[in-house]
Amino acid sequence: MLRRALQLGLGRGLLGRGLLGRGLGTHRGGSTLGKVEGSGGYRGSWVAPVSSYVTFRTRDPAHDGKTVGRLGEGDQNGKVSEIKKKIQSVLPGGAWNPPYDTSYLPPEHSDVVIVGGGVIGLSVAYWLKRLEKPRGAIRVLVVERDHTYSQASTALSVGGIRQQFSVPENIQLSLFSEYLAVVDDPPLDIQFNPSGYLLLASEKGAAVMESNVKVQRQEGAKVCLMSPEQLRNKFPWINTEGVALASYGMEYEGWFDPWCLLQGLRRKVQSMGVLFCHGEVTRFVSSSSHTETTSGEEVTLKRIHEVHVKIDRSLEYQPVECALVINAAGAWSGQIAELAGVGKGPPGTLQGTKLPVERRKRYVYLWHCPQGPGLETPFIVDASGAYFRREGLGNNYLGGCSPTEEEEPDPGNLEVDHDFFQDKVWPPLAQRVPAFETLKVRSAWAGYYDYNTFDQNGVVGPHPLVVNMYFATGFSGHGLQQAPAVGRAVAEMVLDGHFQTINLSPFHFSRFYLGEKVQEHNII
Amino acid sequence: MAAPRAPLHLVMPVWNRGTRGIRGLSRAVALEGSQKKGRSLLQFLADRFYDVQALREYLLQKQVLKVHQKNRPFTYIKERFGPHAAGAYFILKQGGAVKFQGKEWIRSDAHGHFSLDFLKFQAVPVEAVDASGCAINYQGLDSLLALKELQSLWLQRCPHVDDWCLGRLHPLANSLQELSLAGCPRISERGLASLHHLRNLRRLDISDLPAVSNPGLTRILVEEMLPSCQVLGADWAQGLPSGPEEQSQDRASPIPA
Repeated sequence: MLRRALQLGLGRGLLGRGLLGRGLGTHRGGSTLGKVEGSGGYRGSWVAPVSSYVTFRTRDPAHDGKTVGRLGEGDQNGKVSEIKKKIQSVLPGGAWNPPYDTSYLPPEHSDVVIVGGGVIGLSVAYWLKRLEKPRGAIRVLVVERDHTYSQASTALSVGGIRQQFSVPENIQLSLFSEYLAVVDDPPLDIQFNPSGYLLLASEKGAAVMESNVKVQRQEGAKVCLMSPEQLRNKFPWINTEGVALASYGMEYEGWFDPWCLLQGLRRKVQSMGVLFCHGEVTRFVSSSSHTETTSGEEVTLKRIHEVHVKIDRSLEYQPVECALVINAAGAWSGQIAELAGVGKGPPGTLQGTKLPVERRKRYVYLWHCPQGPGLETPFIVDASGAYFRREGLGNNYLGGCSPTEEEEPDPGNLEVDHDFFQDKVWPPLAQRVPAFETLKVRSAWAGYYDYNTFDQNGVVGPHPLVVNMYFATGFSGHGLQQAPAVGRAVAEMVLDGHFQTINLSPFHFSRFYLGEKVQEHNII
Repeated sequence: MAAPRAPLHLVMPVWNRGTRGIRGLSRAVALEGSQKKGRSLLQFLADRFYDVQALREYLLQKQVLKVHQKNRPFTYIKERFGPHAAGAYFILKQGGAVKFQGKEWIRSDAHGHFSLDFLKFQAVPVEAVDASGCAINYQGLDSLLALKELQSLWLQRCPHVDDWCLGRLHPLANSLQELSLAGCPRISERGLASLHHLRNLRRLDISDLPAVSNPGLTRILVEEMLPSCQVLGADWAQGLPSGPEEQSQDRASPIPA
């Protein structure tokens, strides 16, 4: 007993601080308490940390403890690890059981780490768990920095869902979102309003709208084109001056409550066994290997081994060993990609191509108009880019407008600019719906678009050089409606290696390097 | 469930029998032999919690699959006998009733059997469908929407008809004159907003919808939305405070206003 206590003392003193080997639990960067982390394994019954004593003898401190026993003496390493195993099997406890509560920490190993717990990240987690072949085969960890979702695009979204896009894959994505109607356990009510979208086009945009509708109908969307007279018959409160053509989505379009979907997904995903962590990803530990392509060029492939997750409001971080990382961080995916080394290279090469997803601030205003349009109001998008929809039964309306490139507000904070409503949103809406001449703004908020500056379409699929990082981001304001389909596509890519239900290969990262734009024109 | 009460039983012996610390509790429980018999089944199930959960999930999946099976499309009948016959077969199989134009109501009997004479009606359109209480859902509505000359549709008390289904009814806009949604537990005012496509609707029954948040206001808004339709629903004054009784209460109050 006394000898063991001596060993304890020796172990602590001689090892010093911060030299923990892999698999021995947390790193406490910056902490000055020497008593716990300096030594190795405390077992539950406070027996001497023999493993640390053993590891002290074999580890070279300069190497930061990558593997135990790397002194180049093969025999001794084998014997030492044997002895260590025998002692571990005798002592109670087995694995490293710290005597303090570590439930807030993520696990040390996880097969898939999803960075970002918004609707896209949760959708990927859901489909991974649903499509995995043996139950419980894959360990998934979702790392979310803010569990109140105060800045997440999902929670601040207007919640529209539509099929009126111009690129066939987008339409397929939205059509595929039918899984939202499936009964899950417990049943999910996302407060869907099937009122449809009404897109208005002026003379200039009429031809584009017609060709778009043709593409949409080919993919099976039920859209009808209306002339100004038909529009007046259907919705007498619209002023059709300046409108040449309107496309009205009849079925499966409308809006829903994104918070309900988010919480429902969270509950379902937790019941399926996905682990959640309240923390921030601060570092990726990766390794590189050099290979040659078929044409003889030298390529450096990177593989991420560990994700360092820093716990909220603390300096503590946990390195999570992982096989795959999925970047679903929304408006902050550019920063996560930079951490992984995407874009670090000479510009113009594949190594130097950054992920072109930035934060863009968008405002949403809620107003009350007692004489406004009634229950049948669809989600109206005017030719000028301003949009609005009905909210509830009390003559309240939600709306906004996307600013032009020159007027982009500073995305540093989520403050609302009320002058923007006066100058840019109200005039076109009042011209379109004369009843909106008299209205009173009740409230307003701002949220981020994960805006893809390249072509305003999502990025889905692995990075060509960082081989185990998958992207699912950059949807520029339409991530919410495409989330279920994107989640399924990414899960299929992860589990099978290729897309099965929908082919999302046009949305691969390499298009940024090759310059092939998949331009979506119908972005609001 | 009695299982949550088990910890309370554990607490009592600690104080009554003077057990020493945590290790004594298991002894205390073992001594409760007489009361154990009733709890043994629950204890057995509680010990196998994950198996019970898996069984429950399996049973739920089976229920969902059963509804899916009931709503499968009858493509062979559709190709061979036409969309009207296929729609009629679908409704009759679910336990509803169908009325062809110029014929009597066809209903399935208590055992679910019905005569297949209607397959001989070539191109006679279906005029009215009574699908009260049937397990029609979003997919099953495909068969109904093919009935292009349907005039009257009764979907009372259908447990799986929800807002999404109402959004799909627009193909029937030319012919549908009567629609009844009374008692459907999943329909809310959001789905009712999509009924404005049904321009020829003359009678709409939206009474007794438990998921509608404000029945009186909803009825007013639906009446405004469909001006030529007679809407049968909740009383519009429901939910409003009644005027005269309040005033008399004020006068009777001893506290000076």
